[in-house]
Amino acid sequence: MLKARHRVGLVFFPAYDWAIHPQHPEREERLLYTQDQILEEGLFDVEGILELKPDPVVLADIQRVHFCVPDPWQVATESHFISAGGAKTVGMAVCEHRVDRGFALVRPPGHHAMRVVHGSRGFCAINIEAIMIEFLRRKYGIRRVAVVDTDCHHGDGTQDIYWHDPDTLFISLHQDGRTLYPGSGFPDELGGPNAFGTTLNIPLPPHTAEEGFLHALRRVVRPVLDEFQPELVVNSAGQDNHYTDPITNMNFSARGYAQLTEELGADIAVLEGGYAIEGALPYVNVGILLAMAGLDYRHVRESDYERHQIRQTAAVTEAVHRVCDLVLSCWQKRDKLREQVLARENAFRRRRRIFYDTDGFTETQLEEVTPCERCGGALRIDSTTDRGAHILAVHIPHRACPACRDRGLAWFDEASPKRFDRIVLQDGPADRYTVKAREAAGGSKGPSTHG
Amino acid sequence: MIIGLDVGGTHTDVVLLDQSGLLRQAKIPTDPADLFRSLFAALEAVTAGVPPERIRRIVLSTTLTTNAVIQGNTPPVGLIVSAGPGIDPEAFRMGEAYVCVRGSIDHRGREIEPLDEAEVRRAAARFRREGIRQVGIVGKFSVRNPAHELAIRERLGEGFDGVFLGHRVSGRLNFARRIATTYLNAAVDPLHRSFFEAVRASLAEKGLHLPLRLLKADGGNMRLEASLECPIQTVLSGPAASVMGAVAAAAGEGDAVVMDIGGTTTDLAVLIGPAPVLNPHGITIGAYRTLIRSLETLSIGTGGDSAVRVEDGRLAVGPDRRGPAMVFGGAHPTPTDAMAALGMLPHPARERACEGLRPLAARLGLDLDAFARAVVDTACRQMLAAADRLVEAINAQPVYTVHELKEGYRVRPRAILVLGGPAPYFAAALRAFTPLAVRVVPRWEVANAIGAALARTTCEVEFFADTERRIACAPAENFQEAIAPPYGLKDATARALALLRVKALARGANPDFLEMEVVEAQEFHMIRGFHTTGKNLRVRVQVKPGLIHGYDALLAHLSAPADPLAPRAAGEALPPC
Repeated sequence: MLKARHRVGLVFFPAYDWAIHPQHPEREERLLYTQDQILEEGLFDVEGILELKPDPVVLADIQRVHFCVPDPWQVATESHFISAGGAKTVGMAVCEHRVDRGFALVRPPGHHAMRVVHGSRGFCAINIEAIMIEFLRRKYGIRRVAVVDTDCHHGDGTQDIYWHDPDTLFISLHQDGRTLYPGSGFPDELGGPNAFGTTLNIPLPPHTAEEGFLHALRRVVRPVLDEFQPELVVNSAGQDNHYTDPITNMNFSARGYAQLTEELGADIAVLEGGYAIEGALPYVNVGILLAMAGLDYRHVRESDYERHQIRQTAAVTEAVHRVCDLVLSCWQKRDKLREQVLARENAFRRRRRIFYDTDGFTETQLEEVTPCERCGGALRIDSTTDRGAHILAVHIPHRACPACRDRGLAWFDEASPKRFDRIVLQDGPADRYTVKAREAAGGSKGPSTHG
Repeated sequence: MIIGLDVGGTHTDVVLLDQSGLLRQAKIPTDPADLFRSLFAALEAVTAGVPPERIRRIVLSTTLTTNAVIQGNTPPVGLIVSAGPGIDPEAFRMGEAYVCVRGSIDHRGREIEPLDEAEVRRAAARFRREGIRQVGIVGKFSVRNPAHELAIRERLGEGFDGVFLGHRVSGRLNFARRIATTYLNAAVDPLHRSFFEAVRASLAEKGLHLPLRLLKADGGNMRLEASLECPIQTVLSGPAASVMGAVAAAAGEGDAVVMDIGGTTTDLAVLIGPAPVLNPHGITIGAYRTLIRSLETLSIGTGGDSAVRVEDGRLAVGPDRRGPAMVFGGAHPTPTDAMAALGMLPHPARERACEGLRPLAARLGLDLDAFARAVVDTACRQMLAAADRLVEAINAQPVYTVHELKEGYRVRPRAILVLGGPAPYFAAALRAFTPLAVRVVPRWEVANAIGAALARTTCEVEFFADTERRIACAPAENFQEAIAPPYGLKDATARALALLRVKALARGANPDFLEMEVVEAQEFHMIRGFHTTGKNLRVRVQVKPGLIHGYDALLAHLSAPADPLAPRAAGEALPPC
C-alpha cells in the first residue's frame, strides 16, 4: 500500500458539462483522460491523498478581488464559481492542517483575469488563485504569499492583481511574450512603485526543455523565495509547456514537471492551462500529484517520450542562462532600480490598453496609486471599454495604512455618478464592496453594499 | 418456499418462508472450525418434514471467503503484471510470486509497448517449478483493451488449477485494486469451489436439486456457477444480508440509516428509499482494497458487549469486547449490563450487572443509576455520531459536473432502522438522542437471513465506446465489437442494457421483473485541431440491490411481536411491518 510522505488534498473538478464552446480547447473533454489515468493509477487510494469536494465560492470572495462589470454573473458562469471554489477548498484544507499540501485540479483556469473584469481573456474570467489567496489571508491571517506561475503563458492577470502588493511575490516563467499570447511578461516588469521587485518575469525562449526550466527554478525562483520568506507558496500549475501542447512551442515533459514540482515544494498547486489533453495532461498531472505527495515519479513517462528529441539546443540554454542572470540581478538591485522608477514623472500613474481576446474588445485604464512606504497604497482605476462601459474602481488593500484608506474613501465619495456607469469600492480593511450606480444619482437610492 | 441462511461469525441464522409469511426460523451457534456442519445443522432446523420439491430457492451467505482472507489461509498465487509507465508496479506487490513483465496499453486502449512473451514464459516456468496452482494476470488499462492479458493467458500454458484475468473482475479503472481483486479471486478459488461443491452434493443427497444462490457484498445474489468466475464477490456478504433485512422493513420511509447492533460492533449503512447506498470504489477487506461492488458501510467498535471502563476519570465504552455481558456470565461490565441494571432489559441476573458496575460508578462519584445511564448514553451517542459521519461522507462524495454539484441528491435520513441481538433495547435508548424515528426491524434476530432470502440478483455492466478507434467494449463481459458511425449514446446505452440483461439472467434474475437502470451515460466529443474526430462514450448500467418480486404480502405479515419497549403514545402505533 502506497503511503504519501506529504498529505495532499486534491480537488478534482473536470466540469464535464461545461465548455467555452464545443470546439474550444477549454471544453468538456479536457480532463477526461487525466481522470482515466488518475483512477487507473489508483491515486485516490494512496494513503495520505484525500479527494475533497469543492464548495463554490460566494459573491464576497470574488468581489474581494475583482471589479466585475457589470457584475460577476455577467462575466462568470457556475463553473467559474466552482473552479475558484476548488482552489479555496484545498487552500482551507492546507491552512487548517488537514493536509500538508493541496492541488486544485480544476477548470476553467483564471490567471489571465485582472482586477477589473469586463469579460474573458485567455480562457479566464475570474482569477482563481487570487480569490483563494485573499480568502485565506482574510480567514487565517496569512500575510506573505508567493505565486509561482509555471504556465506557458504569462500570468498577466495575477501580475495585475498583485502589481502594487508588497506582500505578494509573483514570479512567472513563460514562453517569451514576443512569440506567444498575451505578449507581456518581460524582465523589466517588476511591480508598481510601492511593491517594486515583488513581481518577477522570466521569459524563456521557445523550445526550452527540462534543463532550462530547472535552471530557472534553481538559479532564480528558489533563491528569491528563500529571501522573500513567504508563509504560503502557490503554484499556478499550467501544463502547456509540454512538448506536445498544440498552442505553445516548448519542450517540457511530465517528468520535468514532476521534478519542478518537487523542487519548488509549493503548498498549493492550481491547474491553469494545458491543452495536450491526451498526450500530456494525464502524465503531467499524475507526475505533479506524485511529486506533491513525495512519492516516486521516475516511472511516469508519456507514451511517445524520447528525451533526446526534446533536448534544448545550446542557443536555447545560453538564452535561458542570460535571462535568468538578468532577472536575478534585477531582484538583487531592486532598491536601486526603484529609486530610478520613483524619479520618473508620473511614477504613480499608468495608462494601459487591455485586449479581451476571448470576447474581442479593448479596455483602456487610467490607474493611480497613492505613494506609500507603509502599505501597497490605495488604487484608483478609471476603466472604459470600446463597447461603451465606463467605471471607476477604487481598491483599498486589506492592510492599507490609515492615510491611504482615507484617500481611497475620499476618491469613492468624491466621484460623481454622472461621469461613470458605476463607481465601485473595495474597502479591504472593512472587507466591504460598495457600488454607486448611475441611477443612484437621483438621490432616491444610496450605495449598495455587500460585506 | 425460500430458505435464507447466513453463517455468521458467532451465530448461523436461517429462515424458511413463502409468499404467505415466515414459516420457520432458527438461530444456532456457528462452529468456526466447521462451517459446513453449521450450515447443514441450520438447514436441518428449518427443513425437517418439508418436502424437498416445495423448496424453490436457497440463498446462502457465509464467512468462508472472508475468514480465509482475514486469516491468510490461502494457497500461494502467481501474479503476472504488465504496467508500463506510471507508478512503479512493485508498489502493488501481492505475495512472493509477483512478476512484472514488459508491455503497456494507454488510457484509450492503444498498445504503447508490445508484450515480452519470453518473460511470460519464464514466469510460467517459475510458477510450475514452485508448485503454484493459482494464477492471476493483470494489465494496466486492460479494461480499455484486454489484448495483453489474453496473450499472457495463452502463453502461460496449461497445468494450473485456477487462472483469473484482471479485466474480467470489473470494468472500472483502478490498476492497484484490479491486482488485489484478481489476487484474492485466485487465492480463495480452491476453497470456495470445493466448499460449495460439497454443499451442492449434500443438498442433492437430500433431494434438493435447485440452483444454489450466494449472497454478494452488494446485497444481491448470484448463482453458484457465476460465483466461480469471481468468488471474492461473496466476501463480507453477512453485513449485506442484514442491510437487506432492513430494506424489507423500510418500505416508504424515505432515507434511513440501518444499524446492525451486534455484541462487538455496530455496522451502519444508508438506504435511499428502498435502495442501499453502494460504495463507489469497491469493498476493503483487511489490507486489500478491491473492485468488488459492495454496500457503503461503516463499522464501529460499539456493541452490546463493548467493554466499559473508567480511565483517567473518564468513562469509555468499547471499542473492544472482553467477553459476554455479566448478566450472561461474563467478567466485565458492558452496555447490556447497564441496561439490565436500569431495568430496560429485564433479566434475572440483574444483580450481577449491578455488582459489576458499582465499582466503576464509585470511581466517577456517581450512583449506580446515573452511571448505568451514562454508559447507555455514551454507547448511543457513539452510534449516532457514526451515523452522522456515514451520511456526511456519502454527501461529501465528489462529483464531476456542474449540474451534480448544484442539483445533486443529498441524503437526509428520516429514520433509523435497528436490528441485531440487542436491537429493541438500544432502539428505546437511542430515541432519547435523535429527532429521527427509531424503528426496530421486525424479526430483528433473523432479519439477516430474511434479507438473504429475499435479495434479488444484482449485477453491473461498464461499457465503453470510442468511435474514432471504432470499437465498443465491455471487457468484464468478454464483449468487444466493431462500430461504425453514426454511433451515439443511445446505441451505447442500448447495447449496455442488452449486455446487462444477459448477465442478470445468467446469474439467476427473474426476467419478468428485471429492474435495470442507467447509472452513468456520458458522451464526449473528441476534438483534435478544430475537428471532431470521434466520440468517447462511457455507460454504466446496473440492477441495483433490492428485494425479489412477489413477497409484499409476506413483508406485511412480519410483525414485531417482541418489541415491548416501542413507544405507544396516542396516535403512534407499532411499525407497520
